[in-house]
Amino acid sequence: MPSYVNPDKCDGCKALERTACQYICPNDLMVLDKEQMKAYNQEPDMCWECYSCVKICPQGAIDMRGYVDFVPLGAQCVPMRGTDAIMWTIKFRNGKILRFKFPIRTTPWGSIQPFEGFPEPKVEDLKNELLAGEPQILDMDKLPEVKKKA
Amino acid sequence: MAVEVYKNIETYKPEDVEDVTVETDILIIGGGFSGCGAAYEAAYWAKAAGLKVTLVEKAAIERSGAVAQGLSAINTYLGLSGRAQQVGDKPNTIEDYVRYVTLDMMGIAREDLVADYARHVDGTVHLFEKWGLPIWKDENGKYVREGRWQVMIHGESYKPIIAEAAKMALGEENIIERVFVTHLLLDKNDPQRVAGAVGFSVREPKFYIFKAKAVILATGGATLLFRPRSTGEGMGRIWYAVFNTGSGYAMAIEAGAHTCQMEHRFIPARFKDGYGPVGAWFLLFKSVATNAYDEVYIEKKETIAKYKPYADAVPTPTPLRNHQMLEELVNGRGPILMRTEWAIKKLQEEGKDLKKLIEEAWEDFLDMTVSQALLWAALNIEPEKVPSEIMTAEPYMMGSHSGCAGLWVCGPEDLMPEEYKKLFPFCYNRMTTIKGLFAVGDCSGANPHKFSSGSFTEGRIAGKAAVRYIVEQQPNPEIDEAKVQELKKKIFQPMVTYEQFKNASTREDVNPNYLFPKQALWRLQKIMDEYAAGATMWYRTNERMLKIALERLQMLKEDMEKLAARNLHELMRCWEMWHRVIVAEAHVQHMLFRQETRWPGYYYRMDYPDIDDENWKCFVVGRRNPETGEWELQKVPYIQIVDWQL
Repeated sequence: MPSYVNPDKCDGCKALERTACQYICPNDLMVLDKEQMKAYNQEPDMCWECYSCVKICPQGAIDMRGYVDFVPLGAQCVPMRGTDAIMWTIKFRNGKILRFKFPIRTTPWGSIQPFEGFPEPKVEDLKNELLAGEPQILDMDKLPEVKKKA
Repeated sequence: MAVEVYKNIETYKPEDVEDVTVETDILIIGGGFSGCGAAYEAAYWAKAAGLKVTLVEKAAIERSGAVAQGLSAINTYLGLSGRAQQVGDKPNTIEDYVRYVTLDMMGIAREDLVADYARHVDGTVHLFEKWGLPIWKDENGKYVREGRWQVMIHGESYKPIIAEAAKMALGEENIIERVFVTHLLLDKNDPQRVAGAVGFSVREPKFYIFKAKAVILATGGATLLFRPRSTGEGMGRIWYAVFNTGSGYAMAIEAGAHTCQMEHRFIPARFKDGYGPVGAWFLLFKSVATNAYDEVYIEKKETIAKYKPYADAVPTPTPLRNHQMLEELVNGRGPILMRTEWAIKKLQEEGKDLKKLIEEAWEDFLDMTVSQALLWAALNIEPEKVPSEIMTAEPYMMGSHSGCAGLWVCGPEDLMPEEYKKLFPFCYNRMTTIKGLFAVGDCSGANPHKFSSGSFTEGRIAGKAAVRYIVEQQPNPEIDEAKVQELKKKIFQPMVTYEQFKNASTREDVNPNYLFPKQALWRLQKIMDEYAAGATMWYRTNERMLKIALERLQMLKEDMEKLAARNLHELMRCWEMWHRVIVAEAHVQHMLFRQETRWPGYYYRMDYPDIDDENWKCFVVGRRNPETGEWELQKVPYIQIVDWQL
């Protein structure tokens, strides 16, 4: 449902090094109007409603208004994304409220050591079928065999 | 619907745009799951070989690609080492997996490629878990199965986690974001060898020239070729990622690479309008769907009896399940309803906690398709009380889901049969018929069902193979500078066109001298929908209709020489539009060639309404001759490689 920006809350990310919604949008939709210092969605009919802008906005200024062609007005899904969990508040058209909290990550952000515990890569191993960290990361002692049709 | 009125009109003449040259060894185009997998693996092996790896992405990899929003399940995990729950009476095997995938494709898949990613995919998922992806566990610590091959996750941050791994592996300095790649470059001295790519920044007036010895296409599938079911503002609410514009297919086709199974498309049957996932409902919650008369229509086996032996496969192949649904809809027995209320009642009777079930049902949407949750809330739908409609969507071109369109790529040495090797100059795993050009994820054809984990895995396979190619072949391609400057002029032409003609009308969006890309998109969607088996035609076409599609596409391409762009964002839309139209043409050419209906439920050649195993149990491999623009298509036999029984 196309994202829209609440002008009372959006501050154009003036204290940050970049405009958060403009940085994150996978479809290059969010733009900062530099005169007003407010962001807006420049192409609502290309919005996938992925909520990336809603989740990242430091001011909580972005929400979705359901697509006019099939979504009755009045509902809302509001995320609050923390470091290890996300909380959702779902507001129904009839006023019913649901709240959920789901985990999003089990390790600290920025903690990935991509090749931790792997042997140093060797050029001669380029010829075999084993990928980085295999077979150990498969919990096996060798690559599983594929039984070929006789 | 009118086109955008942009507040930020900012055009550039090509001569005022700065050239930025990036020299690298391996260039990865696209930073979704397959691109991140390629980056990860290539970074590891590149260290041994002393090579440089660069990834270029049109958005920000933290939230780019089809998994931008997250996922609620990993659909490909074999569980060969016993980390997951067992479904059924025996443990999963690679052979059973290949059987499942091949039958879902109605008997045709590149089994060498499928078995190859299948033997590696578990390791990928183990890495994801180690990196911090929360995978559901049961009381014994086993991954919770959604179905036989799927595991449940708390996947809201799936993409940011995988992107972090790619960044850590590659180094952020080797990742270039917000640059849209439009064309591949070929070697000046060997037009069958890749030499790099060109594109432009969507943030500042900069033209990028990438010089590379190997290029990995990881750009995703193609959406919006067909008129979507939603209208107006709802155009973006399609099932697959709207920013997947077929760029990899199109660039490879223009370079003269061979395509494979481009007649295939995927038609997802999902919750109506919001396109929320149905997998958890059918598999985890054991729900059924009914027609208007509360009949469980999939039990009517007579509707698919003529499609034996594939109709007997368990599970029923995805297209045939669609076919059963379409039989109801076309004959006026809709709506099709997912009986969420029955499923939850039954699970409650089995002792499951209602609150937990409701939480799981909502998480399934909130993790990956928030708008479906919003639609439920807007319609006051509580799944424990009322059913929800499901519906088949418009067609998507893709190679990672239950769709196998893509490029013809090499398999691994130990599994690829001789018969498949003929078109390749030499073989490196996942290399196309252009030397040094690799394709992964949605771009790699005839090996579907990769989903997120398999796409990352396929990226890894190609990442290693690309390093090996450079080490062994020592390619030293040279780019043609004159050709690059010619491309630059062509790429920025829509801005020049706009400036030249903008005053020829009192409305900027109705002007006989140019088209905005959105307007060209509307034309494309109407052509494809009406002549090439779109949703409003219930996926039906025939030879005469397809030939009209080709004529209209040709005129559209001629008109697209007059595309206009008012800013860099719209310039990206112009080139995405070119990519889409090239893919659409490939799709029609392939559909025209295959004279049978191999995938009822995905599309029907009404002039050849049956499955014809005698003549068409084969791959269709195509190539657009870059010199003449003519398509040449051929059959390549399907070979069963892996030991499985029907």
